[in-house]
Formats: sequence, C-alpha cells, structure tokens
Amino acid sequence: MELIAEHPVLDLSYFKRGEKVEFTFDGASMEGFEGAPIAAALHANGVRVYRETPNMRRPRGFFCAIGKCSSCFMVVDGVPNVRTCVTPLEAGMKVETQHGRGHARIAPILPE
Amino acid sequence: MTDISTDILVVGGGAAGLSAASEAASCGARVLVVESDLQLGGQLVKQTHKFFGSKDEYAGTRGYKIAGILLDEIEECGRGVEVLTNATVTGYYAEDKTFTVMRGEDSYSRIKARRAIIATGASERLIPFPNNDLPGVYGAGAVQTLMNVYGVTPGRRVLMVGAGNIGLIVSYQLMQAGVEVAAVVEAMPRIGGYWVHAAKIRRLGVPILLKHSIKEALGGRVVEGAVITELDDKFNPTGQERSVDCDVICLAVGLSPTTEILSHAGCKMRYVPELCGSVAERDRTMRTSNPDFWSAGDAMGIEEASAAMVEGRIAGLCAANSLGLPAKMEKLDEYWARLDHLRAGEVGEKIRSGIVKVSRGGWEACCNE
Ligand SMILES: Cc1cc2nc3c(=O)[nH]c(=O)nc-3n(C[C@H](O)[C@H](O)[C@H](O)COP(=O)(O)OP(=O)(O)OC[C@H]3O[C@@H](n4cnc5c(N)ncnc54)[C@H](O)[C@@H]3O)c2cc1C
Ligand code: FES
Repeated sequence: MELIAEHPVLDLSYFKRGEKVEFTFDGASMEGFEGAPIAAALHANGVRVYRETPNMRRPRGFFCAIGKCSSCFMVVDGVPNVRTCVTPLEAGMKVETQHGRGHARIAPILPE
Repeated sequence: MTDISTDILVVGGGAAGLSAASEAASCGARVLVVESDLQLGGQLVKQTHKFFGSKDEYAGTRGYKIAGILLDEIEECGRGVEVLTNATVTGYYAEDKTFTVMRGEDSYSRIKARRAIIATGASERLIPFPNNDLPGVYGAGAVQTLMNVYGVTPGRRVLMVGAGNIGLIVSYQLMQAGVEVAAVVEAMPRIGGYWVHAAKIRRLGVPILLKHSIKEALGGRVVEGAVITELDDKFNPTGQERSVDCDVICLAVGLSPTTEILSHAGCKMRYVPELCGSVAERDRTMRTSNPDFWSAGDAMGIEEASAAMVEGRIAGLCAANSLGLPAKMEKLDEYWARLDHLRAGEVGEKIRSGIVKVSRGGWEACCNE
C-alpha cells in the first residue's frame, strides 16, 4: 500500500489509522484502515478514478477532500453519490465506481 | 429529522471555532460545535511546521501541536461544549431562525441556537487549464489531508502550482513524506510566501520557476505529466514550454473565505480584495449586521491561525456577553492589543487596509436578551 512509513516530524501513531479491515472495490478485495475516509483507503491501494461523469464520461477522483466538490462520489453498499472523501471506511463495505448520476431507490414518505 | 437546541452554535471546529467555543463556555454558555470533517482542528491538524506569530498564540509551536492544545482546552470545558463531527451545516432559514445540519450522508437535524458563531474557514481556488479535472489534479488541502492526517502517499512526483506560503509549505511537507517535488511554478515575478519557506525547498534542490504557469495536464484516465509555460509581463504565454514528469498536480493558488451561511443570515457582505473575497461587515466584537451572528477566522478574511484564534476568543466572549452571561469584557481590549500586534508592520499592512473597509463602529439595533 502507498503509505508513509517514516516521517521526520510526525510520529506514525499520529495518523488516523484504525484497525485494518477488508472491503471491496468493483469486486476486488482490498485492505484499508477503519474510520479513515473510503477515498483515502482507495488512494492507498493505488485507485485514483472514483466515478465517470454523466455526459462526457470523464474520469473523476479525489479533489477537495472536505466533502465540498462532489468529485469523489461513488456507489457504496448500493447507495450512489456518497462523498467518499468524508465517509469513514467500515469492514466489508462494497465500494463501486459510479457511472453517471447513479440511481437511488426512493423510499415512500410515510405520515409521521 | 431530530431537533437540537443550544445557547451558542459554533459552525466550524478549526482554530477560530475552537477558541470561540472554549471562551464562550468559560463564561457559562452551552456551546455546540458542528464540524464537517471527521475530526476537529481544521487546517491546524495538517501543519507540521513551526508557526510564526507571537508567544500568546503559540509561535514556534508546530501547527498540529497547537491543534492539540486547543483540543485539550475544549476537553476541559467538559459538558459546556458539545461536538458533532462529520456534520455539515447546510443552511440557515432566517424566517424561523433554524439551521439545518447533515450528519454523515443521509441523516438530517434542525438546530435552534440563540447565537451563532460562523468559523467556516476558507475554500481553495481553482484555475482553468485543459484536463484540470483529471484525477491527480488535487487541491493543496486534499494533498495535506491524505499525507498528514491519514498517512497516505499522495503520489510519486508532484508539480506544485503556486509559490505562496501554502505552495511552499506543502512542497516541503511532501518531501518530508518522501514524495519528490518536480518544480514549483508561480505566475508572478516574485515569490509570494515567506523567504524562510522558499529557502528550505530551494536548498533541497527544488526549482521555483517564477513567471511560469501550468498550460495543461497530460494523461488519459489519470495525470501522467504536465506542460508548463513561461509567461511574459502581461501573463501571456511566451511560447517557451516544457513538459514535466509528474503524477500529481497540486494547486495552491489561493483561498477564499467560506461565507454561505453568513449570506443566508442576511449579514451585510462586502468584496474586499485584501481579505481575498466577499466578507461580512463587523464591529469590534466580531458581530455581524445580523445581531444573532458573529464570525471569526479565515471566514472573515484570509489571514493566519494566530489571528483566527484571537478573533475566535473575541467572538466567543462577546456572544456569551450578549446572552447576559458573566463575560469578562475587560478582556476585549487585551485581545485587540494582541490582534494589533499580530497585524503590525509591513506584513500586516494588507490585512489592516482590508479590515478598515469592513469595520463598523457598532450596530444600532443591538438586541440584548
Ligand atoms: C499550508 C498552510 C500553512 C499555514 N501556515 C500557517 C502558519 O505558519 N502560521 C499561521 O498562523 N497560520 C498558518 N496557516 C493558516 C491557518 O491554518 C489558518 O489561517 C487557520 O487555520 C484558520 O482557522 P479557521 O478556524 O478560520 O479555519 P479552518 O482551520 O479552515 O477551520 C474551518 C473549519 O470549518 C469547517 N467547516 C466549514 N464549513 C462548514 C460547515 N458548513 N459545517 C460544518 N463545518 C464546516 C471546516 O471543515 C474546517 O474544519 C497555514 C495554512 C495552510 C493551508
Ligand atoms: S473530494 Fe471533494 S467532495 Fe470529496
């Protein structure tokens, strides 16, 4: 994995790295740290393309890392348009490249 | 949809927001800090270098350690300060004085607060060039988040665009993380950042190319290189081009204050180039034209963490005071003395001239409850 192994200032324990867990990306199994953003886990596995734009099919990846630009939208456990740069990784997550806008199942709104 | 209520809502848990929260809580206010990131600390947690400024604002201490000091202070407030992370304030509805907050991806809450302190920091600017949407073209903040928060190597070799403090510091941080920096390009004929930061990376052999900019990113699915070009005095390409081997293009071309919520609240705003964007008019207490809203830090003008912390304290103190809580208002003069000190001299000139344009003597209709 593309991880920083030594640092002159930061102690490695400073990095937010939870327990090592497995997840899948487009069916391939990968390892990442629980609690760190999905996008960071993918990046550490060398994955840089997270979605394709609806019309021009341009690849999109990480950009702002703070949940503001929508560049990193992916389908996570079947849910599209998840901001993977701020969504923490969990064990067993099924992460997929998002093609186009993605489709959500809309739950009926029930009276409260 | 759940409902939350608090005395003082602080939006943003960076240098300004954390200082505001602990100051307000120390006056006895119930404070809620809402932070969109997964952890508190804002920009500070990503800075490995020693900060400038003055002793009162921890000059000589590394940025991430300053974040640690502020977090300890929040801890000491106990139940006076509650914190929500991974929660983004998405709007303010003036008609019923309600904030909406998105927690995670699909859970929403409403927040009612008697006072609000907006400490949302800044957003990065972009520049146009062909292929600037390719994966591998990253904002400097994203590069810092990857390497300094999560310990992930952002790439093999980076082209840095911008030789202001952020471009220079992040270049150095990349080298600390074991990443090669191909070059720093800067459109201006001079280095924008402090000389110490420039000297550190020059000593390590990284060229800083002035009057140069990026022409295009190369690559099919991800960045595989870049073409840079020399610029003439009018910033037009001279035709002198060369290609750079890199897999990351890092943009450090400036910040703008994040002010959407202040706009929602109808605060009087004004475009001030010296403060890098549209910012709220304010009085000496950091109160905006909406009497329920204060603001502090980069959201009030791009400056430094040192000033953001003092402004945050002022906002926290004065917002608590407006609720009738026992705030030691004599501290206001001391805080202003610190700000004046930070903004003194030649380096503070630009900030001072910007702040004059948005400072108001006081708001006529101040509503003390
Ligand atoms: C590379 C670099 C080097 C620097 N070096 C120095 C230095 O040497 N000395 C110095 O004094 N300063 C330095 N600074 C500047 C300093 O970091 C900033 O001025 C300071 O962090 C500003 O604090 P802030 O609280 O206003 O904003 P931030 O630290 O940006 O915090 C704002 C917070 O608000 C959150 N937020 C935004 N919108 C919302 C919303 N709608 N809902 C919830 N949360 C939200 C953000 O996630 C963020 O955490 C540096 C900055 C950078 C990038
Ligand atoms: S990278 Fe910008 S929203 Fe995720």
